[in-house]
Amino acid sequence: MVEPVLQISDLVKSFGALRATDGVTLDLHPGEIHALIGPNGAGKSTLIHQICGTVRQDSGTIRFAGQDIGGLGVAERAQRGLGRTFQVSSLAPEFSALRNVMLAVQAKQGSSFRFFKPAMLDRSLTEPAMTVLDRVGLAERARIPASELSHGERRQLEIAIALALGSRAFLLDEPMAGMGPEGSKTLTRFLDRLRQEAPILLVEHDMDAVFALADRISVLVYGRIIATGTVEDIRRDPAVRSAYLGDHD
Amino acid sequence: MSRETVVNFILAALLLAVPLLANAVGQPFYITLATRIAILALAATGLNLALGLGGLVSFGHAAFFGIGGYAAGILATHGFSGEPLVFGLSGTNQMLVIWIVAAVTAGLAGLAIGAISLRTSGVYFIMITLAFAQMVYYFAVSWPAYGGEDGLSILVRNQFPGVSTMRPLSFFLICYVVLLAAIGLFALIRASRFGSALQAARQNPVRVATVGIRPFRIRLTAFAISAMMTALAGALFADLNRFVSPSMLSWHMSGELIVLIILGGTGRLFGPLAGAALYVIIEYALGGITERWQFFLGLILLGVVLFARGGLLGFIAGKARHG
Repeated sequence: MVEPVLQISDLVKSFGALRATDGVTLDLHPGEIHALIGPNGAGKSTLIHQICGTVRQDSGTIRFAGQDIGGLGVAERAQRGLGRTFQVSSLAPEFSALRNVMLAVQAKQGSSFRFFKPAMLDRSLTEPAMTVLDRVGLAERARIPASELSHGERRQLEIAIALALGSRAFLLDEPMAGMGPEGSKTLTRFLDRLRQEAPILLVEHDMDAVFALADRISVLVYGRIIATGTVEDIRRDPAVRSAYLGDHD
Repeated sequence: MSRETVVNFILAALLLAVPLLANAVGQPFYITLATRIAILALAATGLNLALGLGGLVSFGHAAFFGIGGYAAGILATHGFSGEPLVFGLSGTNQMLVIWIVAAVTAGLAGLAIGAISLRTSGVYFIMITLAFAQMVYYFAVSWPAYGGEDGLSILVRNQFPGVSTMRPLSFFLICYVVLLAAIGLFALIRASRFGSALQAARQNPVRVATVGIRPFRIRLTAFAISAMMTALAGALFADLNRFVSPSMLSWHMSGELIVLIILGGTGRLFGPLAGAALYVIIEYALGGITERWQFFLGLILLGVVLFARGGLLGFIAGKARHG
């Protein structure tokens, strides 16, 4: 069996008396979309924060691409190929879409300590950046400041940045949030193809998207994974139905 | 050509034209005034790199300004007396050497102060940079070898190869060229990869870390370059007044540099020059009428902060574009 790209074992994180992450074990295999669902307050965000390094776990391990990354900072994890998008878009608002992506390109090249060459005239930055902008359908909006992009465009831009990093795994935190039905459909099609490039850990509330995309689903409730399986397994699981999906049916 | 570029050209041309004219009609006082503008603009351009591009509100840049000033004063004193400085090295009256010593010393001080201060942010960063500058200030006050509280006179203005620095116009031109070079360097850095990372770290440090760039290193480097530029201005300021005292290191000076930037336009290429010009003109024009000119400066600053957030340049040339 192929080694998982991302492997989380027995992760625990408490805030005071609250065990926000209560022994979570989760993995992500090459080529798959693994969806993480759960009701509000289940600890999805806390888990994401621990994976990308903004919150340090109390115990447990996080292995990424064969290495323990549990002790590394945010930037070091990103350098190793962990690409993430945010629940609420997190961009450099004054920069154009293009320069936002160029920042990722230069980070990937490991060359932020160059002081004299104008970045906007540097084709080794602009060309790769335009390529990914084109892929997410933002090529025509490349020169618009991120602050002036629409909500949906900002979400696309976040994905473009993760793509430009050449990530080995994507951590997408509610990419569909706030998107209209058309936007969600387009993004669903896009993510469907993206899994060939690198596996995706998808945190999402949009169940249509989750059921359309996920190879596996894990259900997080009160900091614990109560079930992991295929779409069909999860649909049938009685514990899941009562804890979560029941609200929808 | 954008409107801002036009305004920039006009500012640069005016700053050159006034002393030339003053020289022609024999009014050296105005040359001194223009030199003061150029030097303050240079100091503020240094701070603008940290504050404007990096969002690092340093309330301690007087430390670097003063370090530059004392580098000039101390080297000139030893150069004059012939007494060796340290390790048998002698002083010098050569500006070029003084500038290098000033910039390197301030750069190292900037690395040390930045390495500690940049672990904090917001109000804490402001306070810790202030605290460091006050440490340097009190050190200078209590250091009798170089004048302590009374400061240190530079008997003869330091030399520059091929230029008679005692002529006000010549000294102005030196300051003017250094200022333009610094503004040019600022423009290069702003447009570079480093500038991208620095400005992005101001706008959204989480974004920068998420693409794999550690904001700390970027900011520390910017802080050190910023310190070097401000120190260079300090060395020139000491030469302009032929005097250096702890007042160059005082927190008033740090505040003044911030005021210049806000007046002119934060992060704008010619913001510090616009701000310095406005400041010195207000000081001169209102200072002739009332001793309480700073009251009116305060009113103007209030007006800028409330109604013209982009400063003078933002007011004239509109919103900045970042590419």
